[in-house]
Amino acid sequence: MRKGLSWFNVTSLTFGFVFLYLPILILVVFSFNRSRLVTVWAGFSTQWYGSLLNNQQMLDAAWVTLRVGVLSATIATVLGTLAAVTLVRYVRFPGRTLFSGMVFAPLVMPDVITGLSLLLLFVAMDVARGFWTITIAHTTFTMCYVAVVVQSRLITLDRSLEEAAMDLGATPLKTFFQVTLPLIMPAVVAGWMLAFTLSLDDLVLANFTTGVGATTLPIKIYSQVRLGVTPEINAVCTILIAIVSVGVIIASIGVKRREAQRIRDERLAATGG
Amino acid sequence: MSKTLGPVKRAFAPWTDSAAKPAIEFRNVTKSFGDFVAVGGVSLSIYEREFFSLLGPSGCGKTTLMRMLAGFEEPTSGEILLDGKPLAGVPPYRRPVNMMFQSYALFPHMSVEKNIAFGLRQDGMGKAEIEARVKEMLRLVKLEPFAKRKPNQLSGGQRQRVALARSLAKRPKVLLLDEPLGALDKKLREETQFELMDLQMDLGLTFLIVTHDQEEAMTMSDRIGVMNHGKLVQIATPAEIYEQPNSRYVADFIGNINLIEGTVAALPGGGTRLEAPAAGLVVETDQAIAGGSAGVASFAIRPEKVRISLDRPAGALDGVNMIAGEVWDIGYLGDVSIYRVKLANGAVMKATVANTTRLVSRPISWDDKVWLSWSRDAGLVLTD
Repeated sequence: MRKGLSWFNVTSLTFGFVFLYLPILILVVFSFNRSRLVTVWAGFSTQWYGSLLNNQQMLDAAWVTLRVGVLSATIATVLGTLAAVTLVRYVRFPGRTLFSGMVFAPLVMPDVITGLSLLLLFVAMDVARGFWTITIAHTTFTMCYVAVVVQSRLITLDRSLEEAAMDLGATPLKTFFQVTLPLIMPAVVAGWMLAFTLSLDDLVLANFTTGVGATTLPIKIYSQVRLGVTPEINAVCTILIAIVSVGVIIASIGVKRREAQRIRDERLAATGG
Repeated sequence: MSKTLGPVKRAFAPWTDSAAKPAIEFRNVTKSFGDFVAVGGVSLSIYEREFFSLLGPSGCGKTTLMRMLAGFEEPTSGEILLDGKPLAGVPPYRRPVNMMFQSYALFPHMSVEKNIAFGLRQDGMGKAEIEARVKEMLRLVKLEPFAKRKPNQLSGGQRQRVALARSLAKRPKVLLLDEPLGALDKKLREETQFELMDLQMDLGLTFLIVTHDQEEAMTMSDRIGVMNHGKLVQIATPAEIYEQPNSRYVADFIGNINLIEGTVAALPGGGTRLEAPAAGLVVETDQAIAGGSAGVASFAIRPEKVRISLDRPAGALDGVNMIAGEVWDIGYLGDVSIYRVKLANGAVMKATVANTTRLVSRPISWDDKVWLSWSRDAGLVLTD
């Protein structure tokens, strides 16, 4: 078998990557454009990044998004983890099937419907819409993602570890905090990051549940784009892409490191030294 | 390596003493999962300082029985007593028993010493005291240099010892061991068996061990409970289980045995006569059969109790307790050879012969016509 790529592989790879990354590449390149026109290249400049720093509205939106993201992801992680533990560890309780179905329903529910129903609820309860309503909405829909991630980790966790802890005298609560939680921590953290990311880029739910003074970044960008794409928007998006890329790179380095550590440990165990 | 032998073990048999109070008592315990009865009406007393093995094939309910004692399962009916106190409703974390799990269940995120200290920390023991106890445990299982290691940095044998140290750290009244040596290779397993026995003697603990390995159970236990389909079939010392199995099931499960079915009748002198005409077998024993009535039963005899010879043995009673056959196969195992002898009806009977001299040529070889014989008290007639 030949080691190199055939012309077919090369072409399909190229098309695939171009399809995925060309739009992003264009966006990044034009964020450094001197011209105000988005489609005409007029030389390199970082002026749009500078003007972004003076755009108070944009900065406010970013701040709101960040706070909503951190808060809703944290609440969703706590609730989602509890739901997952209940579903995996307590196999028999009345209404389990209904409960598990209900936890995961938001996964397949169209955002528009979730958003609309939440809006109706808030209106009916006469809740002032704003920061808190967005946070609640995001908690609701990201919770089930956390539950799914944590649940899959819990299923693979050896049940006898928890039994051993109880056997050694740990109450169920202590067992959870000293044994279960540390062992499912990677999944809990992954669930938090997933929830945070979902909250960051949500437009639909935020639009339904937002109010005065609580404009998130996606809402801001979307409303600006309707008035025409400015290089400033490109700059915001480039910053977002940079943040996400750095996060992904750090995460994958972490995974590589842990893998290397695992292999070292196994060697140590095998030699018995 | 020479080991100075201690004083001769005194006979330990509290189960024969009617005044002795059992440490653990199962009273007619049943556990069912839906329609499936995992444990059906088990009654069993285990005494202080006893090394008791529950032996049986997988799925016979032995692990369920142990888990009920640890508190992970509640009996469907019946009760379990520890030192005379009923355990019903007592959660696992309040029971003075500790368990060593089959998978060891070491906490992967804690070092060896943290693992051992886990149970002590739950009791709110002082820091200095915990440290001293952990050190003592590490010395006991010879793992002092590995205190800071994580479980995944240890070999299988070392992990097993950590699990043992962790379950012993709280000085439980009873230690439960679920297939403790299952994951070790043969040589390590044999070494560990004796280590476990020494430990149990030195610490004066009650051990309840679950195993499917009969050799393991025979070597280590004071008594063995043989289980099948959720029932305790026989409870006896290893020697009794081997020499006096109470049923075909136990006889067949423990060691090697020849079982030949025939019809029995009581002899006038109190003995029993079993005949299997198809195989050409007539057996007479001094053992009286249950009920003393005639019927179908099996003659059971261990291969090492069967003599093999080329000439017809001169027995007290001609034609009784002997059988003719033809050598069909010889298995050479080093210390012994197993002769598989084909009888008149095609059935095979095994006889083991110790290889007392270096084998150059066999006096008895393949296809030889041979005689198998045994003494009156060598075999058993089993009706169950």
